[in-house]
Amino acid sequence: MPTVSVKRDLLFQALGRTYTDEEFDELCFEFGLELDEITSEKQIISKEQGNVKAQGASDVVLYKVDVPANRYDLLCLEGLARGLQVFKERIKAPVYKRVMPKGEIQKLIITEETAKVRPFAVAAVLRNIKFTKDRYDSFIELQEKLHQNICRKRALVAIGTHDLDTLSGPFTFTAKRPSDIKFKPLNKTKEYTACELMNIYKADNHLKHYLHIIENKPLYPVIYDSNGVVLSMPPIINGNHSKITVNTRNIFIECTGTDFTKAKIVLDIIVAMFSEYCENQFTVEAAEVISPNGKSSTFPELAYRKEMVRADLINKKVGIRESPANLAKLLTRMCLKSEVIGDGNQIEVEIPPTRADVIHACDIVEDAAIAYGYNNIQMTLPKTYTIANQFPLNKLTELLRLDMAAAGFTEALTFALCSQEDIADKLGLDISETKAVHISNPKTAEFQVARTTLLPGLLKTIAANRKMPLPLKLFEISDIVVKDSSKDVGAKNYRHLCAVYYNKNPGFEIIHGLLDRIMQLLDVPPSEEKGGYVIKASTGSAFFPGRCAEIFARGQSIGKLGVLHPDVITKFELTMPCSSLEINIEPFL
Amino acid sequence: MADNPVLELLLRRLEAADGGLDSAELATQLGVEHQVVVGAVKSLQALGEVIEAELRSTKCWELTTEGEEIAREGSHEARVFRSIPLEGLVQSELMRLPSGKVGFSKAMSNKWIRVDKSTADGPRVFQVVDSIEDEVQRRLQLVQAGQAEKLAEKERSELRKRKLLTEVILKTYWVSKGRAFSTSVSKQEAELSPEMISSGSWRDRPFKPYNFSARGVLPDSGHLHPLLKVRSQFRQIFLEMGFTEMPTDNFIESSFWNFDALFQPQQHPARDQHDTFFLKDPAEALQLPMDYVHRVKRTHSQGGYGSQGYKYTWKLEEARKNLLRTHTTAASARALYCLAQKKPFTPAKYFSIDRVFRNETLDATHLAEFHQIEGVIADHGLTLGHLMGVLREFFTKLGITQLRFKPAYNPYTEPSMEVFSYHQGLKKWVEVGNSGVFRPEMLLPMGLPENVSVIAWGLSLERPTMIKYGINNIRELVGHKVNLQMVYDSPVCRLDIEPRCPQTQEAA
Repeated sequence: MPTVSVKRDLLFQALGRTYTDEEFDELCFEFGLELDEITSEKQIISKEQGNVKAQGASDVVLYKVDVPANRYDLLCLEGLARGLQVFKERIKAPVYKRVMPKGEIQKLIITEETAKVRPFAVAAVLRNIKFTKDRYDSFIELQEKLHQNICRKRALVAIGTHDLDTLSGPFTFTAKRPSDIKFKPLNKTKEYTACELMNIYKADNHLKHYLHIIENKPLYPVIYDSNGVVLSMPPIINGNHSKITVNTRNIFIECTGTDFTKAKIVLDIIVAMFSEYCENQFTVEAAEVISPNGKSSTFPELAYRKEMVRADLINKKVGIRESPANLAKLLTRMCLKSEVIGDGNQIEVEIPPTRADVIHACDIVEDAAIAYGYNNIQMTLPKTYTIANQFPLNKLTELLRLDMAAAGFTEALTFALCSQEDIADKLGLDISETKAVHISNPKTAEFQVARTTLLPGLLKTIAANRKMPLPLKLFEISDIVVKDSSKDVGAKNYRHLCAVYYNKNPGFEIIHGLLDRIMQLLDVPPSEEKGGYVIKASTGSAFFPGRCAEIFARGQSIGKLGVLHPDVITKFELTMPCSSLEINIEPFL
Repeated sequence: MADNPVLELLLRRLEAADGGLDSAELATQLGVEHQVVVGAVKSLQALGEVIEAELRSTKCWELTTEGEEIAREGSHEARVFRSIPLEGLVQSELMRLPSGKVGFSKAMSNKWIRVDKSTADGPRVFQVVDSIEDEVQRRLQLVQAGQAEKLAEKERSELRKRKLLTEVILKTYWVSKGRAFSTSVSKQEAELSPEMISSGSWRDRPFKPYNFSARGVLPDSGHLHPLLKVRSQFRQIFLEMGFTEMPTDNFIESSFWNFDALFQPQQHPARDQHDTFFLKDPAEALQLPMDYVHRVKRTHSQGGYGSQGYKYTWKLEEARKNLLRTHTTAASARALYCLAQKKPFTPAKYFSIDRVFRNETLDATHLAEFHQIEGVIADHGLTLGHLMGVLREFFTKLGITQLRFKPAYNPYTEPSMEVFSYHQGLKKWVEVGNSGVFRPEMLLPMGLPENVSVIAWGLSLERPTMIKYGINNIRELVGHKVNLQMVYDSPVCRLDIEPRCPQTQEAA
């Protein structure tokens, strides 16, 4: 969930009133936001870097507000204030308008070279804007929030904003060999080639995360003006030439990317949020984008869409009984301007360009419910009549767990993920013999594979509890995973039961007795016959030679028991003899 | 107790004594070891109020082994003096005597002896005085007789420096008559025996009282794991509420079931390598229900079922990628898909509690794997009010009655709401679960009828367990670093009963 940090007093100014922290927290809760933290720049710095560094930092109170991940219209102070003001019916939702310029329209021409690296671009102009330091900061911060969220760290969309008065159109969005791109990037004093820049930014804590997006492409995307000035090399960096400042009055905005829908949404959000500060409020100047095939389109779209929703559908989905007129009013409070039409049960809902999250009637239903107040909805019990059933494997597991504890063994709960070493080397096996599934992106060796046996987890549990009085008697009934091409995903869980006995003597007879008890509980008699169980001398890399037996029950091999090999004991950092048993319990379902 | 003469004597002396007597003095008087008297005191104490015994500690002086030898045989210097005959003794010979070296220099400084170096066979030692006073021996004998106080402080410390004397702390009892004092105590029986029962002798015998303030002996037993005890209770609650358990025994899932089937777009951050464990082997799902896959693809990329869709290029290879399931909702999707294939539609209530996996940063409350609890109801005409009503019943069974609901965002539920409960310890509202109504874009491609709604909620198993058992570090609860003592000591789990002391930490 993105967190937006706003200055409290500025927010209250925009809201036209002040709140206590509790009141504001309450308002957030009702609207689906969360007042996550109340802090200040000074507090943040002192927390992260110590009191000394924080000296002189600002004491201005900051509200950190968690915003739902799909509400891009609430990612800046302007949007938050607007959303809450409309919610509280203090203002009407503004109508965002796209207008044609009096003079010539700004043009962005896309060349076909971009197709393989970053094929889409959209653009718009904010004319006669008035920034202050706070507004300017918010403008930059919104771009950063959008980059981190909907733009997927600039991979899907990257935003460039430029001082239009320093440039001259038409603009060209093309792609060139990195060595052929040379310009002075933002906040640098000299020119570099794209190759040099990629090297420089490897050490840049912020920009290094975006390099991979184009790094291995033969051509890098770049935008020029008609004089060959570089506006930006998306998604990495803008040019210094067209850098915007607090004094910038006319802004050219370009969004380039690999996802056309999202590029359009991002552009709509930026212009909708900051057109508030334009001379003609909420009015955005159009720009023309010409595709490589010559097709011309005009942006921003700022499209309003109309949806028809039946009032009884909203009532039925939420569980309330509001009149269509009231429901229309509730929706209007959520920036979805609505009115009752037709037979008096139809509500026409207007979805503004800022609410790209509304893609289905269910989204409209939710907004009606939020405006109604979740906590005002009458709670009722559904009349759904059902008979409960346990999953047979879990039912058996629950029964066995209780009796394992009654037999004096203590239940462990170990990780399903572990290192290759745990299930192979330490048990005297080669990893290729294990049929284990392998994880492709583990952050540490602890998460290399899913376990194929429960034994390593139990031995590690003993190793972590060596100071406990002996004997240690542990068990676990849980799932292991092995590759299995007969399953749709190519892997299958098996429910295993594993028990270990750790003491000054190996205690094979105790583990053997436990097996006899388990079989007694499962109503399997000791017998060579098909319905019974029997153990037969066997070998196993984890066991001491001559001290291992295979367990056969219901006509199949279900596992092994025996005294662990001293090498296994040592590799798990244990010092005492140990015997163990591990079986698959699925044949007993 | 006639078999212990010291005990008898102690009682007789005590009867005659004025006020009380000291155990150490009694030992000296009786000529027995102090420990024997202490033993008698202790067995009398065990009889109840026969005697009163007050523990006292006194400092006293004791001879070392060497000190005892000197008290017996004289000081080294005296022994050297006495060993010299009138005609003197060759010095080298004298030095070979047991007391030779130490005694020689002391005797010299006492001016008891002299050395003549002019003799032909080497230096010879002669007595100088006729007789000597062995002061060291006398003093040590005084200490031995318990009269150390007759020596000056300086004299004692000199003897201590010579390691002949040590100061010890003597623990003695001051014994006086108890309320039930009697010189004739009979032996109390420790336990009832089969012989006593058959002979009836128990009628005439006194029995030693039990010490009820002592702890009993814990039985040898096995123990269930606290987290799994809580799991059992949650299962019980769902079963009481008529929910059927879903199969969840498949940790490995395809991206399709884990994400795509839930209408979670392919560029969603949760599908990032940073958040999800993907598999290298088997890297891809071998089979997917292709008819259904096409409906899902269309809904994502173009919309349908009343939806605008996400309008992006949906890729089958992305859906095939295998992973460790990141939520049990993947299993719920499979269960709902199965339900959708059954015609006509029958309402269903499902639940599951099982492991899920996240490739996230680990800390005191986050592990790479944890358990998720999930409840699902599918029926005609379910409302948000129904969801809240079910949640109220569910949480009431957990002992949580103060609930409120916050609008939230989940990719696959709309409306969505977070469930908050008022935490008495923290004095604030804390999130206890997440819930919502599954999106039509998820349900309709499965083939569920249009007027069927599915409401669902989920929470973690670890968090309520940590609160219940007052555990701050999740590693002490889950995984091999568990504290087995904690497992041994953990009480039974009754979720609707308040914990013994309210926990103040915020878990998970």
